[in-house]
Amino acid sequence: MTAHWTFKTSQPLNAAIALAQTYLPNMPHAAAQGVPTAVRRGAHVQVDGVQHRYPGMAQNCLEHLNFQVESGQIVALVGRSGCGKSTLLHLIAGLMQPGAGGVYIDGNRVRSTCPRWVVMFQAPSLFPWMTVSQNAALGLRFAGRKAEIQRRIPALLEMVGLTAFAERNVQDLSGGQQQRVALARSLATQPDLLLLDEPFSALDAFTRRALQQDVRRIAKDLGLTVVLVTHDITEAAIMADRALIMAPDPGRIVTDTMLDPGPDRHRDSPAFEAERARLATLFEATA
Amino acid sequence: MTDAAYTQSGTARADAQDARMAALKGWARSVAIGTLGLGILGALWALGGWYIAQTPGMRAFSQLAPVPTFERLWVMIQRGEIWSMSAPSLYRVGWGLGVAIVIGVPMGILIGRLPWLRDLSNAPFQLLRMISPLSWMPIAVMAFATWDSAIIFLIVVAAVWPIMFATAAGVRRIDPAWLKVSRNLGANPLHQLVYVILPAIAQDILTGIRLALGIAWVVLVPAEYLGVSSGLGFAINDARDSLDYARLGATVLVIGVIGYALDSLCLLAIKRFSWLRSDT
Ligand SMILES: Nc1ncnc2c1ncn2[C@@H]1O[C@H](COP(=O)(O)OP(=O)(O)OP(=O)(O)O)[C@@H](O)[C@H]1O
Ligand SMILES: [Mg+2]
Repeated sequence: MTAHWTFKTSQPLNAAIALAQTYLPNMPHAAAQGVPTAVRRGAHVQVDGVQHRYPGMAQNCLEHLNFQVESGQIVALVGRSGCGKSTLLHLIAGLMQPGAGGVYIDGNRVRSTCPRWVVMFQAPSLFPWMTVSQNAALGLRFAGRKAEIQRRIPALLEMVGLTAFAERNVQDLSGGQQQRVALARSLATQPDLLLLDEPFSALDAFTRRALQQDVRRIAKDLGLTVVLVTHDITEAAIMADRALIMAPDPGRIVTDTMLDPGPDRHRDSPAFEAERARLATLFEATA
Repeated sequence: MTDAAYTQSGTARADAQDARMAALKGWARSVAIGTLGLGILGALWALGGWYIAQTPGMRAFSQLAPVPTFERLWVMIQRGEIWSMSAPSLYRVGWGLGVAIVIGVPMGILIGRLPWLRDLSNAPFQLLRMISPLSWMPIAVMAFATWDSAIIFLIVVAAVWPIMFATAAGVRRIDPAWLKVSRNLGANPLHQLVYVILPAIAQDILTGIRLALGIAWVVLVPAEYLGVSSGLGFAINDARDSLDYARLGATVLVIGVIGYALDSLCLLAIKRFSWLRSDT
């Protein structure tokens, strides 16, 4: 398992590290204080014949799910409310076991939760009796990696722009700030895979846009694999490399498409708008 | 630092000062009202004392009025009697409450977490709870070798229920998302207990302990009527038997003051461990 944490020094990866470091002006001090800025290999996810039914339900909630997510890829799962997106994310995270089929992360069957993959839920669900840094450090504490807390948490809070709030109670924070604490908390254990369940839907448009770009940038800098659940086509186009469109009753994947919204993913650029419109059309046609 | 930053920190300091002034005012107000309330109680007591002194058949009890009581209390404080009569009672209540916490908190957590245990235990516990703790007295006297342990047993029987039920209610109110999030972050069941469940319900447990303390303190005095030759209950009985009504009044006062002090301690602890923001 430690293999995932060793920084590779092969030729293409050196180039990638150099590329990642060009982003560093956006993340002051992160390199100096121990946030891993070198590119790691994100997890590879394979969903193999997954089917699921909730007890007492007549119909399967999910059926015939087969797909893979490449290492370092950001995939958006889009679909209408109730089509089983959250259920799928819970299955991938090992919070539930599928009725049939299996989820494999880096080739190993997922049977329980693991600090290597972390879900960020729709609500931040911070612990109100703790400060911002205590909340962020919780994963490290559970993993018995207390020595890393001092080193990593200040850098992470810097990265999400909450250094000034480190010792404040989380109840003093705005919704967007709380969501950023949840992000720092999810990243603290250096996961290879980030599972995001509509993490920004409760936020105002400005904060949401800022966080959408931040999370994509951070994920790319760290080389994380990301599965993002959303019902917002624009959010998918801003954040994801690829979109999986789901249809309900039973929940299944009907479209699998790569996204190319232009190099800067700027929402006013024609390339972005064209890609967003294409995705919207696909969504209307299939979901 | 920029000008703006200076202004900002200046404003912050003014705000903090305002907040401190407001807090001080609020504190002064509550102290004043509390004193007024105690004054009313004292006046009623004095009125009662005056009435007793006026009523021919009751004159023997006139020593229960405020002035003789406080005179006697002063003497008892000087002789150190207050401490020697309270210490055994505090010892018994401390032990009884401690045992009730050790039983009640884990049981409450289990009942809160396990629906089948809740269903199984609900009827028997509700039934046991409604039995006056004092009705166990004969059984306690037979079952325990010493009077002290019999009294502690009665206090445990009285105090365990509020602690257990308050804990269970707190556990049931825990946001399931907290447990899911902690599991997601790699918590094992012990982590969940220490970092999620106990902090989440600390204020519920303390509220239960506060209720239990009130009941324990009330049960203590009649429990000490029997057998033992120490403690506040014994002192009450002893003063009555020797017709020393000033001493009786002073002891009653001591019981009230200690109970009030213990309750205030509980309140402080609840404030300290409460994470709920009431000011939003
Ligand atoms: N615990 C449960 N027990 C029974 N049925 C459930 C449970 N959770 C979800 N479902 C059902 O499974 C289906 C998929 O739910 P899920 O939460 O995965 O949808 P979703 O795509 O995430 O929707 P949304 O976008 O509204 O969050 C829904 O029809 C829902 O009613
Ligand atoms: Mg959902």
